[in-house]
Amino acid sequence: MLNADLKLNPKLFDKDVEQIPVRNGYGEGLVMLGGQDPNVVVLCADLTESTKSEEFSKKFPDRFFEVGVAEQNMAAVAAGLGISGKTAFISSYATFSPGKNWETIRTTIIYNDSNVKIAGHHSGIMTGPDGATHQATEDIASIRAWPNIKIFVPCDSIEAKKATIESGKIKGPVYLRFTRDKSPVMTTEATPFEPGKIQVFWTSDKPQVVIFGMGWLLYQALLAAKELEAEGIKVLVANASTIKPLDGQTIVELAKQTEAVVTVEDHQATGGLGGVVSETLARTIPTPIEFIGLQDVFGESGKPAELIKKYKMDKDAIIEAVKRVIARKPSH
Amino acid sequence: MIIEEIHDEKLKDLELKATQARELVISALLEAGSGHSAGPLGMADIFIAFYFHILNHDPKHPEWADRDRLVLSNGHICPIRYVVMAMAGYFPVAELKTLRKINSRLQGHPHRTSLPGMETTSGPLGEGISQSIGMALAARLDKKNYHIYCITSDGEHQEGNTWEALMTAAKYNLDNLTVVIDRNNIQIDGFTENVMPLEYLRAKYESFNWFVQEVDGHNIRAFVDAINQAKAVHQKPSAIIAHTIPGFGVDFMENKFEWHGKPPNAEKAVKALKELRTLEGKITSEHE
Repeated sequence: MLNADLKLNPKLFDKDVEQIPVRNGYGEGLVMLGGQDPNVVVLCADLTESTKSEEFSKKFPDRFFEVGVAEQNMAAVAAGLGISGKTAFISSYATFSPGKNWETIRTTIIYNDSNVKIAGHHSGIMTGPDGATHQATEDIASIRAWPNIKIFVPCDSIEAKKATIESGKIKGPVYLRFTRDKSPVMTTEATPFEPGKIQVFWTSDKPQVVIFGMGWLLYQALLAAKELEAEGIKVLVANASTIKPLDGQTIVELAKQTEAVVTVEDHQATGGLGGVVSETLARTIPTPIEFIGLQDVFGESGKPAELIKKYKMDKDAIIEAVKRVIARKPSH
Repeated sequence: MIIEEIHDEKLKDLELKATQARELVISALLEAGSGHSAGPLGMADIFIAFYFHILNHDPKHPEWADRDRLVLSNGHICPIRYVVMAMAGYFPVAELKTLRKINSRLQGHPHRTSLPGMETTSGPLGEGISQSIGMALAARLDKKNYHIYCITSDGEHQEGNTWEALMTAAKYNLDNLTVVIDRNNIQIDGFTENVMPLEYLRAKYESFNWFVQEVDGHNIRAFVDAINQAKAVHQKPSAIIAHTIPGFGVDFMENKFEWHGKPPNAEKAVKALKELRTLEGKITSEHE
């Protein structure tokens, strides 16, 4: 059942559950931050509307910088602002930023310890019809090994707003990962957001498996949990919205309790959430894991629902993964 | 703020300092056993001009908020910056021996948080003008009137990011930004005009709506005059194309691209130092 302590959306499992793009929370968070802190500035590379930077640009035109289609320049300009007392947010699609400008970010923001927040939009195959060129599915893998970066992957628009605001309070580089299409709102304004903490959204007595999910696909994991419960299979579903610094303690505790793990992410199955969870458990309590995500292939054009079905990342695929991992348990 | 004219005595002193800086560069590179020779020697006059005449700075308070910013985009010539910073009092000259060695603040390419006064991290090319733009925008937002100077190499104008930055600085009318281009015509693989032609560089900058001047990069007085001209321009960023001789002061290194990316061995260093000391002697004798 849903963890009552977290005050999640009571309509979460309703057919008419509210659906809002995760990226909308970024726009709302920026405007709130902009009002609170005159040092907050936002840069964009010709994607102001779709990265939800537009409202900030209208409210605070002096603090908004449109750099055109030039992501390397955007990163390094932001780096200059970030070492001059500003809190700079750079907004683009994740395939371009931190994709195209990876080294610029590494040198001028991360190693340089500049106060810049990198907002990677249109992540995952959820980006849909635009096709694989615009679906960032390796972004976390490509930046996670950087020292001196924090990585937030909010699960819905409300958490996205909180993560944006929190990132503005952190001195130093942060990566924020957002998705394009509408997706169910799982949390409420009252749900606590604590950077670096994994929260259990779905609890069970004597759970057999823990599912760690990240981003919008967490909802598919919750749907799977509900269906599995009806079949008599008990699981936990945890929201891993901070990939770095990782809440290793909670991962180990939950894995000890269940002795089986499934990871769920709209990203390559290697190098992202599955990567951090397996690295953590390999060091502590090696545990069987099944990985939901892209299996070393690129995505393609299509509707998000069609794509997650085809690439085995939906509720049904998660249910199968749970059964597979139970069969692999040493105690089985 | 206008930079004062250089009287003759001061000029002699700066020229002497530039030669001393070259000697320290050769010694530091010999000690390090790796690093770049030609660029640092070619830019000695300009770095001396910046730290001992142009910059509004305080070596004892490198974080002073109102200081002018000197950004080094082509980080590989950092030996000359380290040398001149040490001479100016940012850290002891003896520390130059640690260049490129373990546990040193003097990294092979500059690292901002390792060394107070190092305005930013650089090495990968083409990223300095963009960072300077960020600083210039921040100064404008904060209503500060410090100036941002950015030293670049000619070779890094082959990076696309450089041109992205040139468009941006012009768009935002950044008259608090001056870019200095070390036009020494060499890069690792050969002469710039053979590797990937840059000319007409001046016309390119002008067509990007920059105010452009060209000077002899070994004429300190002319360089300071150009800086004053640049600072007098309104609503436009400025560029100064400084024509320099790579390896300047060491005959066998001058204009040789082979010396772009390597240090002298002991024998060559002795030869170079001898030549520089003769040069230093000449300058001193001119004083007398």
